[in-house]
Amino acid sequence: MSRHPSKAAANAAGAGAPTGLIEAGEPPEPFALLDYEGNLRADANPALVPKISDADCLRLYRELLKVRLVDERMMKLQRQGRLGFYMQSIGEEATHFGVAYALRATDWVFPSYREPGVAFWRGYTLRDFTNQLFGNAEDPVKGRQMPVHHSFRAGNYVSISSPVGTQIPQAVGVARAARILGHDTVAAVYFGEGTASPGDFHVGLNFAGVWKAPVIFICRNNGWAISTPAHMQTAAKSVAQKAVAYGFPGVRVDGNDMLAMIAATSAAAARGRAGEGPTLIDAVTYRRAGHSSSDDPSVYRKGKEDELREWERRDPMSRFGKYITRRGLLTDAIDAQYRQELNDEIMAALQHAEAVGPPPLSSLFSDVFAQPTANLREQQAELEAMPRQKLGHG
Amino acid sequence: MPVYNIIQAVNDALKLEMRRNQRVVLLGEDVGNFGGVFRATTGLQEEFGKERVMDTPLAEAGIIGTAIGMALYGLRPVAEIQFADFIYPAFDQIVNELAKFRYRSGGEYPAPVVIRTPYGGGIRGGHYHSQSPETYFAHTPGLKVIIPATPYDAKGLLLTAMRDEDPVLFLEPKRVYRAAKGEVPEGDYTIPFGQAKIVREGKGVTVLCYGSMLHTVLEAVEKHGAGDFDPEVIDLRSLVPLDLDTILESVKKTGRVVIVYEAPKTCGFGAELAALIAEKALMSLEAPIVRVTGLDTPFPYTLELEYLPSPERVTKAISETARF
Repeated sequence: MSRHPSKAAANAAGAGAPTGLIEAGEPPEPFALLDYEGNLRADANPALVPKISDADCLRLYRELLKVRLVDERMMKLQRQGRLGFYMQSIGEEATHFGVAYALRATDWVFPSYREPGVAFWRGYTLRDFTNQLFGNAEDPVKGRQMPVHHSFRAGNYVSISSPVGTQIPQAVGVARAARILGHDTVAAVYFGEGTASPGDFHVGLNFAGVWKAPVIFICRNNGWAISTPAHMQTAAKSVAQKAVAYGFPGVRVDGNDMLAMIAATSAAAARGRAGEGPTLIDAVTYRRAGHSSSDDPSVYRKGKEDELREWERRDPMSRFGKYITRRGLLTDAIDAQYRQELNDEIMAALQHAEAVGPPPLSSLFSDVFAQPTANLREQQAELEAMPRQKLGHG
Repeated sequence: MPVYNIIQAVNDALKLEMRRNQRVVLLGEDVGNFGGVFRATTGLQEEFGKERVMDTPLAEAGIIGTAIGMALYGLRPVAEIQFADFIYPAFDQIVNELAKFRYRSGGEYPAPVVIRTPYGGGIRGGHYHSQSPETYFAHTPGLKVIIPATPYDAKGLLLTAMRDEDPVLFLEPKRVYRAAKGEVPEGDYTIPFGQAKIVREGKGVTVLCYGSMLHTVLEAVEKHGAGDFDPEVIDLRSLVPLDLDTILESVKKTGRVVIVYEAPKTCGFGAELAALIAEKALMSLEAPIVRVTGLDTPFPYTLELEYLPSPERVTKAISETARF
C-alpha cells in the first residue's frame, strides 16, 4: 500500500475530483425471515430459517411474554412510587431472545441495560430480578446499583454499567482471552445506536478487527438515545457499515424478527468460533416506551405517533406468536395460561422482594477490595456506632 | 546476587511470573516485538509468544478495556500504559469500570488487572511525558496504588501485584529507571502491600516520600546537609493500602513531618497524609507539617528541575522543620 499519491492522481486532482474515493452505498433492507403477520417471507432462504423445536418455540414465547409482563408490572409499581426507577424493553425483546437462543450457555454476554431477557433465558429468576430492583438484602449486587443493573455470574451475563459503551472493549477482552485459553467461547455485547458515537465503540471494534476476536457486536438500534434521534448520532447511512472500516462484516437485521435475529446471531457465532473474527449486527428496532421511567417521550416525539403505530404493527411478540400459532403450537388457551402463570410468578417475586429488608451495613464495605483495608474497617466501625438513617427518598 | 536497575527488575518479575503462571499475559503499545519503549518487556514475546505478549493498537481505553475483559474471563493481564501522561483516555475504564467491577457486581466479577506505567519528571519529557497522576487513582475506591523506588522493591511489589485479587496501578519512577541500581535476589520473593519502608532511621524529622522522590530525599540527606537534622526517611511504597501505623509511629517519635512528592501541591497525596497525621497525631506535633512538592502549574520542559522538588528545597524544609 503506497502512502504517497501517484502523479496521475495528483494530475487528476487538478482536473477535478481526486481518485481513490471510497463510497458507502445505500444500506440494504434489514435481513428478515418473518413478515409482520408471522408468515415466512416469500424470499426467506430455507437454509437460513432456524430449526427451533416445538418446546423451544413455546419457551421462547413464554420468556418473551415474561419480559413484557414484568415491564408492565414494574412500570405500574414505579408510577405508584413503590419502585425508584425502571427501564422497559417493549418492542425490542426479539433482540434479547434471538441472541440468547443462538448462543451457547458458555458464551459471554455483555448487556447494555435493556436486555433482561438474556438473563432470564439463562436462568436468572424473577426473584433475582425483583430483588435487584429493590436493592434488598437478597439483591445479587447487594443494593449497590440502581434498578435494572443486573449481574448474573452463573449465566455469564456481565454486571451492567451505566456509562454507555464501556462494555464494548471489555467484551473484546473476553473474546481474546477465550482464544488465548483455547476455548471456542464467543462474546456478545449489546449497545444502542447512540453508543456508536463514543470512543469505546470505535476502540472496541478496532481491537476486535485487528485481533480477529470472536465478538458479536449487537447494536440494538432503536432509533432514540433518550431524546436524540439516530440521524443526530451519525451521518453514516447505517450503523452496520461502520464495521467495514474496522475490517469485518456488518449486517442489518430486522430486530423485531425473532427468526432473523437467531439466524444472524448463529452465523456470527459460527464465524467467531471458526476464527474468522467479529461481526456487527445492526438490529433495527424501535424504542416504543421512554428511555426510562424518568423520561417523557411525548415531549420530543410529538407528531410522530404514526411512527409508533407502525412499529407496534411490527411487534416482535405478536409476529413470533403468530408464527408459532401457524405451526400449531400456540393457542389462545396456552397464551392465557402463560399469562396467568407469569402474573402469579411475578406477583410472588414482587411480594417477596418488597418484604425482604435492606442489605446489612457491612455490604457498604465488602467487595471494595477482596479484603477490607484499614481505613475501610475504621469507617465501618465509626458508622456502625451511629444511629441508622431512614431508607428511601424524601 | 545480581545488581539490577528498575527496568531489569521489572523485566525479571514479569518473566518469573509468566513462567510460573500460564494465565499471566501482557498487553500494551510496543510491548511485544519491540520490548517496550523503555525496554521493560524485552525478550518476553520471544519467550512467551504473541498470544501472551500482545502488541495493541494505539488506544489506552482499548488496552485497559480489553484487559478488564481478560481478567473477568480468568486471565491475569498486565497492561502497560506507555507513559502515565497517556492514561487519561483510559480514565473511565480504570475509575468507573476496573475499580468498581467487584463492588458493583456484588462480588461476582472481580477484575485483577495490573496496570504498569512510568510516571514522573526529570527526563526532559515536557508536560506530556512527566506527570504524576497518582492522586486521581488513590482517590478512587477499589484501586490499589503502588509506587516502588528501588529495583528490589520493584520486583517484589510487582510479583505481589500480579498475585493480588484486586486491580493494581503500578507506577514506575522513570527518572530513576536506570539510575537506581541495587541487588535483586534471583527467583521468587514478594513484598506485601501496605508496608512502608524506613530507609533511614532517625529521631529528628519524619520525611515521607515515594518513587523517585526517595532518591531526591536521600541526596538531600547525604549531600546537602539534611542529615544533620537526623531525619527518619520513610518510603511509602504503597499509597493504597497505606501503612499508617509506620507513619504515626515515626511522627510520635519525631513530632515533625516533611512530605515530599513531585505532583502538584494542591490536593496531592501529601494533603491526605497531612490530614491523617493531624487527625491521629496532632498532639505529637512540634511543628507545622510541611510539603515539598511540584508546582501548581502544568509540568514544564526547560525549567523542569525548578518545578521538581530539589535536594536543596528538601534540605531547607527539613532544616526549618527541625528548628521550628
